[in-house]
Amino acid sequence: MAVLAALELRGLTRRYGERLALTDVNVSVAAGQTLAVLGPNGAGKTTLLRVLATLLRPHGGEAEVLGHALPAQAWAVRGRIGLLGHEPMLYRELSARENLALYGALHAVPGTQRAQELLASVAMERRADEPLRTLSRGMVARVAVCRALLHDPELLLLDEPRANLDPAASELVEPLIGRASGRTRVIVSHDPAGVLAEADLVMGLVRGRVALLAQAAQTDPQALAELYR
Amino acid sequence: MSAPGVSAPGAGPRVPRTRVVLAALLRKELTVELRSFEAVPAMTLFSVTTFVLFHFALSRNTLSGDLASGVLWVTLLFAAVLGINRLFVADAEQGGFDGFLLSPADRSVLLYSKALTLLAYLVVLEVVAVPAFALLLLGPALWPALPGLLAALALGDLGIVVIGTFVGALAVRTSVRDLLGPMISLPLLVPVLLCAARLSSPLLGAGHVGSLPLRWLATLALYDLVFGLITFAVFDFLLED
Repeated sequence: MAVLAALELRGLTRRYGERLALTDVNVSVAAGQTLAVLGPNGAGKTTLLRVLATLLRPHGGEAEVLGHALPAQAWAVRGRIGLLGHEPMLYRELSARENLALYGALHAVPGTQRAQELLASVAMERRADEPLRTLSRGMVARVAVCRALLHDPELLLLDEPRANLDPAASELVEPLIGRASGRTRVIVSHDPAGVLAEADLVMGLVRGRVALLAQAAQTDPQALAELYR
Repeated sequence: MSAPGVSAPGAGPRVPRTRVVLAALLRKELTVELRSFEAVPAMTLFSVTTFVLFHFALSRNTLSGDLASGVLWVTLLFAAVLGINRLFVADAEQGGFDGFLLSPADRSVLLYSKALTLLAYLVVLEVVAVPAFALLLLGPALWPALPGLLAALALGDLGIVVIGTFVGALAVRTSVRDLLGPMISLPLLVPVLLCAARLSSPLLGAGHVGSLPLRWLATLALYDLVFGLITFAVFDFLLED
């Protein structure tokens, strides 16, 4: 039996006004696989994540996420995606527990046990009742990981997920968002060496176009470094 | 945890109950406001300061009739615009807006929660502003006019709420939302101002309290209804990219 694609992009295009942010992007990612997306600033990496998350509409081509065509069936995908971006998507005046209670209600996650387990797994139980504005960026980033995983998403979209985390915190979140999580993942990163170790597929974007698409195991780190030149 | 995979087309996520989402969003709105004090204190302080300014600018100790009604409603309207401008700010600046859009919750619930939040802001504003107005500017006694005035305030608030929520959602994704909010909301609020001021004028007349003019009552109620339906119909589209 053929392996179903969790992500299937065919000729995907996205514009901001007249400017093309993504042009003719083609890629297929099987369920459970990890796609790493690299490229210089302004290459379209975050735009790609936001299209996959249904926050931006594709302007051309076809995009299928978890078996559903976007944007027509975006409703069927929402709630099955975990997005971890530059913004933690958390309210500064609320505590970690209050933020997770809000997202639990939005995603029909019953009770508080799941939130409690996640907070414990990122060692945030002790500070879970303090407003986020009193916490460090690294602590907020750990709560954001809990927020992205609260509803047990099938697809994780990670935009530089370890950017604000120290090595100890990175280790804590590894079982949740790393390869061991077993989820389909799209990871945006600026760390070619690090991302090659945890990806199945590597895509290089330059000015919105796919400049490189290869199996991670067969990718030369030098070729990734070339993307930034 | 569930095994990752690809669902058959047609399968969807767990959809939360509207009542639960509405309660959670309202709790969030009120908690954020109670802890940040960004909207309501600014609205009330603005209205009281404006009454003091009118007191000196008009060189009159008391106002009644059309003038009293006009001063009251113009002040309430400008104070409301401050609240409208803050309505979506925390969501836009802290990413909660995207967080909501990523969820399978019915998007109309965001409309209900924002409308109820703005209504709560207006009620608190009026609890402070109307007695302050009576104390600083109003000639006739407030007490006999209060039942009718409450009806006028309720209908006026309804108009401000539906237009404010509509405009807030329209402006939230733009970089000039602080400017766009008043620029769009004030012209749309002119009919509300006109009807509410005409409605309140006989109540605040010198000598005796008149009855509510039914023509203006009906016009304001109709405007509220029409704009409420328009906001309900287009709100989902306003949230889309």
